[in-house]
Amino acid sequence: MPVEIKLPQLGESIHEGTIAKWLKKPGDRVEKYEPLVEITTDKVNVEMPSPFAGVVKELLAAEGDTRAVGSAIALIETEAASAVSAGGAVHAPAADAASGPGRGPAGSDESPAPERAAAAASPARASGLRLSPLVMRLAQEHDVSLAVLETLHGTGAGGRVTKEDFLKYVAGRAGGAGGTPDTAAAGPSAPGKGMTAAGDELVKLTPIRRAIAQRMAQSKREIPHAYGVIEVDMSAVAAWRDAHRETSKRDGPAPTYTAFFVRAAADALRAHPFVNASWTDDGVVVRKAINVGIGIAIDDGLIVPVLRDADRLSLTGIAAALDDLIRRAREGRLGIEDIQGGTFTITNPGVFGSIWSMPIVIPGQAAILATDAIVKRAVVRDDAIAIRPIMHLGLSFDHRIFDGALAMQFLNHMKTWFEEFRDGR
Amino acid sequence: MPEMRLLDAIRLGMYEEMKRDERVMILGEDVGLKGGVFGATDGFYAEFGEARVLDTPLAESLIVGAAVGMAANGLIPIAEIQFSDFIYPAFNQIVSEAARMRYRSNGGFGCPITIRAPFGGGVEVHGGLYHSQSIEAFFAHVPGLKVVTPYTPYDAKGLLKASIRDPDPVLFLEHKRLYRAIRGEVPDDDYIVPIGPAAVRRQGTTLSVFAYGQMLHETLQAAGQVAGEGLDAEVVDLRTLRPLDTETILTSVRKTNKAMVVYEDNRFLGYGAEVSALIAEEAFDALDGPIVRVAGLDVPAVPYSDPLAGAFIPTAAKIADAMRRLAAY
Repeated sequence: MPVEIKLPQLGESIHEGTIAKWLKKPGDRVEKYEPLVEITTDKVNVEMPSPFAGVVKELLAAEGDTRAVGSAIALIETEAASAVSAGGAVHAPAADAASGPGRGPAGSDESPAPERAAAAASPARASGLRLSPLVMRLAQEHDVSLAVLETLHGTGAGGRVTKEDFLKYVAGRAGGAGGTPDTAAAGPSAPGKGMTAAGDELVKLTPIRRAIAQRMAQSKREIPHAYGVIEVDMSAVAAWRDAHRETSKRDGPAPTYTAFFVRAAADALRAHPFVNASWTDDGVVVRKAINVGIGIAIDDGLIVPVLRDADRLSLTGIAAALDDLIRRAREGRLGIEDIQGGTFTITNPGVFGSIWSMPIVIPGQAAILATDAIVKRAVVRDDAIAIRPIMHLGLSFDHRIFDGALAMQFLNHMKTWFEEFRDGR
Repeated sequence: MPEMRLLDAIRLGMYEEMKRDERVMILGEDVGLKGGVFGATDGFYAEFGEARVLDTPLAESLIVGAAVGMAANGLIPIAEIQFSDFIYPAFNQIVSEAARMRYRSNGGFGCPITIRAPFGGGVEVHGGLYHSQSIEAFFAHVPGLKVVTPYTPYDAKGLLKASIRDPDPVLFLEHKRLYRAIRGEVPDDDYIVPIGPAAVRRQGTTLSVFAYGQMLHETLQAAGQVAGEGLDAEVVDLRTLRPLDTETILTSVRKTNKAMVVYEDNRFLGYGAEVSALIAEEAFDALDGPIVRVAGLDVPAVPYSDPLAGAFIPTAAKIADAMRRLAAY
């Protein structure tokens, strides 16, 4: 009995995926959970395991094809019994993965690998949303996701989202700040028709560009940002790094500055848990896990892999974990679990020479730390002028969750950590 | 420009064509000496004589069958079926002979006959089981046959003249409740209204309603009733049921995104079923609500009793209710 393999829901707000590589071809035997296909999404690349054991009958999408979540990409000939049991198992995790954008960061929703595998074959969602053909088409034309449609207030029969409801939403979205609260999870702005002059070029949005645009705009719309910046003398850290440049056989690669930043931030987050938190209308969720996201520039945008339980790792442990994450990010081999669940983020514009940055808080988190370029400056020490490597450490934070005093306590905690750094931390 | 009733416009259309072309003639029950039971051919017998205005026996298969033969011999007959309810004995002549003539002769022969048939029921008509029925679905099903039904007196004259001049058979349906109820300006000059195009009788944005004949009249009244409620219905007069003006229908649905069809015939497999299917197939992604049919009940005939006839036939009030429900969907 051939069973359809469907493009799985690969994470919240992901609507489509591109077939990067088929790992099996028609006629191949595939075991349950054996890798079947590599899929690229606007966020990550994933390897999709087969939800069934069987024989690949037909590939319904070619490499390079982009398919909507939930559409069939392959047929697998299975024994009827196994198909039924697999079909029964897949439903719940899929519904979980498909939850809307209103949810907080997925800090604790990891499913064990087999369940994820099962989710891969399930229908995209088990939603009760009723949409007319017209609204479906308009949503596609205006690039509005099902998740956003679910948040709209329907005025039709039984709460149905009518054409008028949809057009009102789109009009509000195009108006930017004029959007109503229930449209806050809005997608990207409407295309700027008539905004181009002769010679201008319209560069179509890549999925990752669109995702970044949506997240950043959402953050700036919802989160009242405040900022604090502090000056840090990096002499102690620089001296230690000069003395430990070699890759150690025992400890792996020498820690980069980023490893120091993560280590210091994890220390400060432990001391100031409100910086490691999420805003909800019911109150502030103080996160137990300290999962630090690291912004990494990639070809056409930015990706933020997450270093989990950073507070439980030593400096060298962090260095090794970072090395792995960054390498995989550049190679496009990050999995969903690598980019979900962040509770705090560090961005390092200093590598590009920035000396003063004010980053945007990632929705669902309380703060983001910017580490700027370490520049030798003339500073006053003991009433004398000294030359020291100085770095600006900036914190953008959600002012709903805490205030400037805590922001500066947090930054000063890090400052002290850096300036009093000694071997062994 | 003279104002006249629908019936007068039909009479004028036939009169002008009889004057214009000697081949045009009329045959049917009581069309001669009596001038037709509704008076559509009043005075024709005296003016054109018994050779061109023929009283026939009560035998519809003969009326249409003879018309087919006359047409084959170079005449242009107008066959009157006194009430459309009586048309069934002629069904075979219409469907098997007239409608297929061009096809079976490989385009060599047409069958230029016009079959006029008053149809429809209503409280004032008291037609009961034998004088009230709607028959369009039976005949609009048949390729090779054109089916036309006017609403305005202007269209009645123009479409009838176009039908008489058409080289193939046309079934010309006249809703008898409109005969003396609708008045409108009808020019004296020799104009035709082409068979095919529908007419948007009322522009609107909330929903589109497709209707013809008396039901168009009820629909326009319903649209007026709900206009004060912020419900702006677009009303399209189909007027030619075959060939159907699909473009006007789809354009309207793509504009309003909601569609309703009103017809007096039994709901099941009635004419609105085809319009609904067309919209579902061609404009699916323009729909923001279900396609709604408002139609006669699925009972064997329009009843004689006034309350029962009123229950059977869609009225402006029923159509207005359906409009409100669809708008709120």
